[in-house]
Amino acid sequence: MSYLIEGETGDWEVVIGLEVHAQIVSKAKLFSGAATDFGAEPNSQVSLVDAAMPGMLPVINEVCIEQAVRTGLGLNAKINLHSVFERKNYFYPDLPQGYQISQFLEPIVGEGIITLDMPEGPREIGVERLHMEQDAGKSLHDQDPKRTFIDLNRSGVALMEIVSKPDLRSPAEAGAYMRKLRAIVRYLGTCDGNMEQGSLRCDANVSVRPTGEKELRTRAEIKNINSVRFVMAAIEYEAERQVEVYEDGGNVVQETRLYDANKGETRSMRSKEEAHDYRYFPDPDLLPIDLTQDFVDQIKATLPELPDAKKQRFIDDYGLAIDDAATLVADKETADYFEAVAKAGDAKLAANWVIHELFAVLNKASLSIAESPVSSDDLGKLVGLISDDTISGRIAKDVFEVMVTEGGDPADIVEDKGLKQITDTGEIEAMIDALIADNPEQAQQYRDGNTKVTGWFVGQIMKASEGKANPQMVNELLKKKLG
Amino acid sequence: MPTVNNALTDLTIAAARDGLDKGDFTSKELTEAHIAAVEAARDLNAFITETPELALKRAKASDERRAKGKAASGMDGIPIAVKDLYCTEGVETTAGSHILGGFTPPYESTVTQNLRDAGAVMLGKTNMDEFAMGSANITSYHGNVINPWKLDDGKDRVPGGSSGGSAAAVAGHLALGGAGSDTGGSIRQPASFSGIVGMKPTYGRCSRWGMVAFASSLDQAGPMTRSVEDAAIMLQSMVSYDAKDSTSVDQPIPDFAAALTGDIKGLKVGVPKEYRLDGMPGEIETLWQQGIDWLKDAGAEPVEISLPHTKYALPTYYIVAPAEASSNLARYDGVRYGLRVPGDSLDEMYENTRGEGFGAEVRRRIMIGTYVLSAGYYDAYYVKAMKLRTLILQEFQQAFEGVDVMLTPTAPSPAFAIGEKMDDPVQMYLNDVFTVPASMAGLPAISVPGGLSDEGLPLGLHLITKPFDEETLFRVGGVLEEAANFTAQPSYLGGAS
Repeated sequence: MSYLIEGETGDWEVVIGLEVHAQIVSKAKLFSGAATDFGAEPNSQVSLVDAAMPGMLPVINEVCIEQAVRTGLGLNAKINLHSVFERKNYFYPDLPQGYQISQFLEPIVGEGIITLDMPEGPREIGVERLHMEQDAGKSLHDQDPKRTFIDLNRSGVALMEIVSKPDLRSPAEAGAYMRKLRAIVRYLGTCDGNMEQGSLRCDANVSVRPTGEKELRTRAEIKNINSVRFVMAAIEYEAERQVEVYEDGGNVVQETRLYDANKGETRSMRSKEEAHDYRYFPDPDLLPIDLTQDFVDQIKATLPELPDAKKQRFIDDYGLAIDDAATLVADKETADYFEAVAKAGDAKLAANWVIHELFAVLNKASLSIAESPVSSDDLGKLVGLISDDTISGRIAKDVFEVMVTEGGDPADIVEDKGLKQITDTGEIEAMIDALIADNPEQAQQYRDGNTKVTGWFVGQIMKASEGKANPQMVNELLKKKLG
Repeated sequence: MPTVNNALTDLTIAAARDGLDKGDFTSKELTEAHIAAVEAARDLNAFITETPELALKRAKASDERRAKGKAASGMDGIPIAVKDLYCTEGVETTAGSHILGGFTPPYESTVTQNLRDAGAVMLGKTNMDEFAMGSANITSYHGNVINPWKLDDGKDRVPGGSSGGSAAAVAGHLALGGAGSDTGGSIRQPASFSGIVGMKPTYGRCSRWGMVAFASSLDQAGPMTRSVEDAAIMLQSMVSYDAKDSTSVDQPIPDFAAALTGDIKGLKVGVPKEYRLDGMPGEIETLWQQGIDWLKDAGAEPVEISLPHTKYALPTYYIVAPAEASSNLARYDGVRYGLRVPGDSLDEMYENTRGEGFGAEVRRRIMIGTYVLSAGYYDAYYVKAMKLRTLILQEFQQAFEGVDVMLTPTAPSPAFAIGEKMDDPVQMYLNDVFTVPASMAGLPAISVPGGLSDEGLPLGLHLITKPFDEETLFRVGGVLEEAANFTAQPSYLGGAS
């Protein structure tokens, strides 16, 4: 089921490639010892190197190399043992050196693959490369009517630019790619994936072509999109805009565009004619990075289980449905939470409770799994109480509500509120006997063949037992007594 | 005007060190004598910034250390001149450029910190070609430097460049030593023009941290002194492995002065035939042959060698160095420090600041560098130049399998008069034709005064050795120095002319 834009002249296919900038998790910047904390006072995390004072020299932060290699391995990508930092030259006030130190011809990571879980099945998207580079500072245009202020806190912060091949074919795939990439780097601990804080940003290269056409057409690059939703919306808008341009007899021009989230549209920033000649050349202040295979292997040995492997294990070991497994592994904390709950025994039941009951509570209160009012231990105990028949699933929902609002150990709540399931045959039989005696008409209806009346009897018993009677036992005993 | 005590300003570093040790005089007296010399010689324009108070403070501290028997090194208490390209804590650093006017770094370069730690006393910051781009010290925003060597034709001569201020200060006996920097010959060529010793160690020996960058893959600090031994003593206090400079090399540091044994018997001295240029003045050729003979007389064996790619070194240098410079100088944009000339837009501010802030030669090299890195030209110029650079390096490596040291002239001419060679940059660039190849290969090299030109101006002889073999360089340099017995003095000494 492919995503096509229906034009007047026929169907159009969208071709998308994403360049994702992911801030490397590291205490210090890529080439200086300055801190990288988010939200610090402007210009409070700036070293002499970051401010490009005369005579200052960059020194590579080895942690960043390790993180880049770790990410490359997580993307099943080729690690280049030899890579080179180059200078990308351009003038801008928030770029103190007058060049960005980046990797160009020889990046640290080569081709890799990201697998997307699309409703139609898995889709493999190629990764072209991953390279390290410095972030720029920030120009503040809103502090003064006439002047621009510069905050260099971000200047020199380590980024990984992860470039996909033009393999994506719909806004949905682009969204899935972003979410998957985010999950992978978060699993690896190489990027915190925080899009609101700018730790993960995306440039989307978009072009369209009539279905069946093999050649790629001119692309537009939409810069600096900072949410998955916006990535999808920007691509959707841009693709439709391009189709219109072609169908109106025009040509798409190669240019950089901005996505305006308020208006939901993209608009031109600068055209190819105004494009910079970056004059890349190897940075003479830095030696090439030469890694040993041993170094790479050591990092490989410490890689955590990644989303795809975890999903397969959840399917194989816990018998989960593919969709449920995919939902649970999308986020490492959720997967860990689920596994802690599943320790109670019934993994499928645990998955249900996490995906449906817990997620509903979290979504409603806009909480992350780490902020869950119910601990995985307690939810595990609750699931345990269901599977060992101490309480029914219905009662469990009441107990869960208490756990959410008041907190507490589910066993204690069951005990305190007297919610324990009635599994004593005699007790249930006595209730059934009394019910039949009080309602001979309904009993007769059953005997006359109207088995639908069973539901009414079950309801009455559950009501009488305040929901505590074991529903299965009630059903069985009712059949016996009425029959 | 204070009188200059020539008894103190005429000393070598080694002699001054011994005098201080014996208590013949104090660092304060030594420093005062040099401060007086600096003041008396202001018409040489050797200094951009004089720091007499700082110097006296450091001299006092040095005397106190020595009194306690805790002299930090052979440089403790020795007054020196520091090229204005070294960032010096609390002292204005301009690199000879208007664009860095008023820039006072809050930090000290590694090399000058090493010299400070060794107890050396900085007299001030010396004049230089703007951003070290020049061979005559005529591109400085602070005006040209005058060579203390004068003839009776009344003309002022250039001291060479770019470390022209340090060269003039040392040659004119305003300082016992000078810290220079050499990118394509900026220590050695002015040493040759000024009749002093100028030495560039192996690339990576001295940290570049805190040195205003010209061409990062070539820039290297080095000493300028009045004897080979002094150069060894001073270099000892400049070198260090520095983790803050990724191109700094962690190599054992020998006792450089101890290498001056005078024994060069059996050493093979390579004489590269390609250095014999067409149209080279006869006096240069003669001195070169004289140098060969001196080394032969001392027991060394001259060997003619061939370095066929040498002829490409200069053109290659004039692609690589401007390319790096065009990028290194991008940070001078008027945004954070130094000069800012306002404009109605950001681009206009950049244009005004850089247009006014940089002199003509710097602008020329930025344009050359920008051009050779541009899309469409990069492969034809920069990439090809880098390949040639590799070939030049390999050629030296091969040649050094057969010889221990190479001997060449330092410069193709003696100091020329101010005003000559000004209108043709290529003529000016040819000054570095003998010094650039070693720079391109990162090799250590030294210029030692060999004699006088027909007119009576100093000429240097140039030695090159293998990477990190500064010891052989000093050893052979010492022998050459002794044989040359260069005792001629400039007419302008310690402010007394």
